[in-house]
Amino acid sequence: MAVGKEIRTKIGSIKNTQKITSAMEMVAASKMRKAQDRMEATKPYADKIRSVIGHLAMGHTEYKHPYIIEREVKRVGFILVSSDRGLCGGLNTNLFKKALTEMKQLQEQEIELDLCLIGSKAGAFFNRFGGNIVAKTHGLGDAPTVTDLIGTVKVMLEAYDQGKIDKLYLVHNEFVNTMVQEPQILQLLPVEKQQEDELKHHWDYIYEPDAKELLDVLLVRYIESQVYQGVVDNIACEQASRMVAMKAATDNAGDIIDELQLNL
Amino acid sequence: MPITFQLDIVSAEKSIFSGSVDSLVATGELGELGISPGHAPLLTSLKPGTVTVKDHEGKEESFYVSGGMLEVQPHITTILADTATRADDVDEAAAIAAKEAAEAAMADQNSEIEYSKAASELAEAVAQLRTLQAIRKKAGK
Repeated sequence: MAVGKEIRTKIGSIKNTQKITSAMEMVAASKMRKAQDRMEATKPYADKIRSVIGHLAMGHTEYKHPYIIEREVKRVGFILVSSDRGLCGGLNTNLFKKALTEMKQLQEQEIELDLCLIGSKAGAFFNRFGGNIVAKTHGLGDAPTVTDLIGTVKVMLEAYDQGKIDKLYLVHNEFVNTMVQEPQILQLLPVEKQQEDELKHHWDYIYEPDAKELLDVLLVRYIESQVYQGVVDNIACEQASRMVAMKAATDNAGDIIDELQLNL
Repeated sequence: MPITFQLDIVSAEKSIFSGSVDSLVATGELGELGISPGHAPLLTSLKPGTVTVKDHEGKEESFYVSGGMLEVQPHITTILADTATRADDVDEAAAIAAKEAAEAAMADQNSEIEYSKAASELAEAVAQLRTLQAIRKKAGK
């Protein structure tokens, strides 16, 4: 049985830990709100560009872009979005688990994989786990800009252009609500056609300067915006998940203190 | 009833403008262009420059866009603005940086493994120390 003084020191140290976890909880809560706002702000662009692409796919265009055409899959690219910091519950682990299940299935079909990692947690995980990492970025902070992501995305797009990969997926956490974050696997390339029946008649744009150049730019922007949205989404998830984890830690510390006080 | 069309100016990071306007003037890749209600469907890229919109009261408003896309559809026009100044060589440099980070990480793998090895050894040593302390305490009592 521990002596009174020992218990008192223990209570003191747990109280300190509790202070830290509750502070982290509050920081995460305020950051989460900001991240959510940012998430909302990115939606219009993504929606608009998606509808433009949708029209392009529907409209009777004279030029078919390689990003739209399906081809035989021999090698697949993954863009994995993770957080930079830990202490956010099972957020990253769940994401990696989901990605690994998918990757295993592909490997069984003898499809090879290329990885593009965003966030240092993904970097650390796949360094240990192995995998062909072709591009990597981390330290994006709480408010990433599209500029931060151009490089990594371009590596993957170039690989697709050169026929090194035949499909591109984006893996990130989707913010459902504060308590629920779901890992998501999204196909970026080839661009999937949308089921819209509004525009049945065939029509085409006037292209200036010409369709090929415009589509090139537009599709690259589209992919970038999708990845950007994934990253922003993931940040909101990270903060929400950390908030919940820290709340649990604070509560647990409280329980331990109560128990020790009874012992005293 | 004034004839207007819906205009949305959005960038990847935020929505810049949304409302019904009378006309707009933008700097296209091939020169300045004006859009009035009833314009034919058009898709064009924009050069860095200003976009001036005029609402039905004749009020003008200007925005700077560093390039982007202009899409005209019946009744609705969208400007997908770039957030950053884009140039091929800048993009290229960013791509190279990302690749190098990946390569450095691959090269670093050995040190990572050594690190985890060292960490587990450290954990073992700490555990041994703890047991030693516990034994000593018991002996002391």
